[in-house]
Amino acid sequence: MGSLNRCKPKTRLSNSTLLFLIAGIIFLLMYGIALISFPVSFRQFQTFFDFFNLNAALFIVTLGMCIVMIGGGIDISVGAVCGLVTMACALLLQSGTGNIWGALLLALGIGLAFGLMHGYLIAYLEIQPFIITLAGMFLAQGLLTTLHKEPLNVTKPAFVALRRFTIEIPWLGTVNRLGVFIPCEIKPSVIVVVVLVLLYAVLMKWSRFGRNLYAVGGNRQSARMLGINVKKTIFLSYVLCGLTAGISGFVFLLTTGAGNIGNGALYEIKAIAANVMGGIMLNGGVGNLLGAPIGTLTLLTINELIRAAGVQSNLQAIVSGLLLYLFIVLQSIIMSLRDKRKFRLALPPWLKPHQPPEGKEAGNQ
Amino acid sequence: MPRLKRQFERLSHLFLPLSVLVFLLIINLIKGADYFKITMINGVFYGNIPNILFGASELVILSIGMTLVTAAARGQDISIGESGAISSAIFVQYVLAAGEVTIWTILAGFLISCVAGLVIGAFNGTLVSFFNVQPMVATLILFLGGRSIAFIIDGKVSPILANPISNQIGTVIPGVPIQTPIILTAVFLVLVAVVLKTTNLRLYVEAVGINPSAARLNGINPKKVIFLTFLLMGICSAVAGFIAVNKAGRHDSVNLLKFIMMDAILAVALGGNSLAGGKFSITGSIIGAYTIEVLNRTLLRLEVNPEAIKAFKAVFIIILMILASPVVRVFARKLLDKTKAIVTSYSVRQTGGLNKAVVSITDSSAKKEE
Repeated sequence: MGSLNRCKPKTRLSNSTLLFLIAGIIFLLMYGIALISFPVSFRQFQTFFDFFNLNAALFIVTLGMCIVMIGGGIDISVGAVCGLVTMACALLLQSGTGNIWGALLLALGIGLAFGLMHGYLIAYLEIQPFIITLAGMFLAQGLLTTLHKEPLNVTKPAFVALRRFTIEIPWLGTVNRLGVFIPCEIKPSVIVVVVLVLLYAVLMKWSRFGRNLYAVGGNRQSARMLGINVKKTIFLSYVLCGLTAGISGFVFLLTTGAGNIGNGALYEIKAIAANVMGGIMLNGGVGNLLGAPIGTLTLLTINELIRAAGVQSNLQAIVSGLLLYLFIVLQSIIMSLRDKRKFRLALPPWLKPHQPPEGKEAGNQ
Repeated sequence: MPRLKRQFERLSHLFLPLSVLVFLLIINLIKGADYFKITMINGVFYGNIPNILFGASELVILSIGMTLVTAAARGQDISIGESGAISSAIFVQYVLAAGEVTIWTILAGFLISCVAGLVIGAFNGTLVSFFNVQPMVATLILFLGGRSIAFIIDGKVSPILANPISNQIGTVIPGVPIQTPIILTAVFLVLVAVVLKTTNLRLYVEAVGINPSAARLNGINPKKVIFLTFLLMGICSAVAGFIAVNKAGRHDSVNLLKFIMMDAILAVALGGNSLAGGKFSITGSIIGAYTIEVLNRTLLRLEVNPEAIKAFKAVFIIILMILASPVVRVFARKLLDKTKAIVTSYSVRQTGGLNKAVVSITDSSAKKEE
């Protein structure tokens, strides 16, 4: 920490970057531990790609949640919306009338509808986001059980073909015991994840909306003073989160191939945990969007590590909770150390106006 | 008169939860006129109202703790169901290990479970107050791991509380016409009221919730106050877990008080409290908790399709929150003022007040000329 500050005395590290660096280091550390303790499985590239292949929906949900969290809000309906979209799309595909594009449109439509509802109620009617998105969660769960209760497998040939479709990476792979080279495989949903991450990162970094959102999340009052349309910015963030949840539902269906009541359950909690690990604060205004995938990767690595270690299934939750505890405490300690330093540097010029500034500078150095 | 007005303004936040409760009760009355009927079976009162009081007892207790935490820490505790499960697991283990069960065993077990609740509250409170973690993130840890801890304490089975005293606590004590959980809830409410009346807790919690740094400058340690609210939350969840496990008769670590934090947070919001901290009203939260129970039972009574109950509940909450939202409130006030103005001008014209006004104006102008 100290060395980082000394290297670049002019441009102080922002909180977002610092938290992002911590998240990255934690991820590398966890993956390093995994590599050392279980070299056989973790050294294969396929293990890494499988994180994306199997949990693409979680990555996407986390991205949407990240945007809302940067804006200082919270959306706990994402998991339920994701589940609702899987069931609705599965019903549409199974009914025989709809094709894949129709299902995709339906997914986007459901996500957009929820996003618009949340955004309007939260931004323009100033209702507390937790309660409205909680109601949205109940609504999505209720609609899901009303639509269909039993698990519904999608057997439409075009969809199954899309589901089975894999992209091989010819230059990466492993040689199995028989000496046959097996290239790594990625699913189309991984491309969706990568495209969305890049898109949202660009949006948050360089677009007017992204910058406005950071300002609004940091301090709503001063953002308004700066002439930012606070309501519109918050509204757009929820719409974007809803849309993302819709996309994640479609991707979930691509991954599992079945609509089910339990789809996307507890995704909102997982997404919050992943974002916290990725250095995005619930208070808003702090966090790098790239932290969201990093945090998700950390979460998945921890889960995979615990599973590989053969920990009893009911201890798994406790161990992952403990690791989360460690990260949160570590983050908080680093941030408070930084805050104390800031405090000491910033205060003297106001408190001791009679002292010459040069002497103060020298004294502090 | 101004004092009365102030009193009224103090109670005005109760208008929304109370009107919702009344609205739901009217719907129930329309559905069947015998809604308030209370029958006596074996010397105990049964009926819709006692059932609501019986069913909502845990939720009421938890919503009190949640109100305090929300007000001071400006965030919500999402691990209350889990901490209730853990503390009641310890209670069950103590009672089962004791062999012969007397009232003192139950009491000792209850106190031990309260200590467990305090420990859990201290864990969450340390994270929130001393490490400056957001409450929802801090309690996420126990939310993820709590059920597993309860499961391990249980010894991987769901132990059955098969003794007469637990049964009596969960249902009725012979000779007392009211179900025991209702009595326990009432006792708890009285205790909370006494604590709030006799101590500075409300003042401190509100001061910290409104502005922590200003509270610190005024000599209140915000960290200690937030820590204290989490300790109280721990006790609340232990009591709720105690009642829930005695009601159920067995400790099911997976389903005991499952997802009750959502209802508790909802109760706090329905009671007119801000989820961003500051001023709070425990009465509002209690009414909110009963409203949720009434809502659940109303939907069942109206024979709503069980699959769609959650959707109906969601629509109800959304409509309610729109009606209670600040924007709509301001709009309604403007509308009220406008209608008032129209009505008064109309009445003035009706009573010939206009002529009088004209006369008075001419009078005053005449006086000026003099």
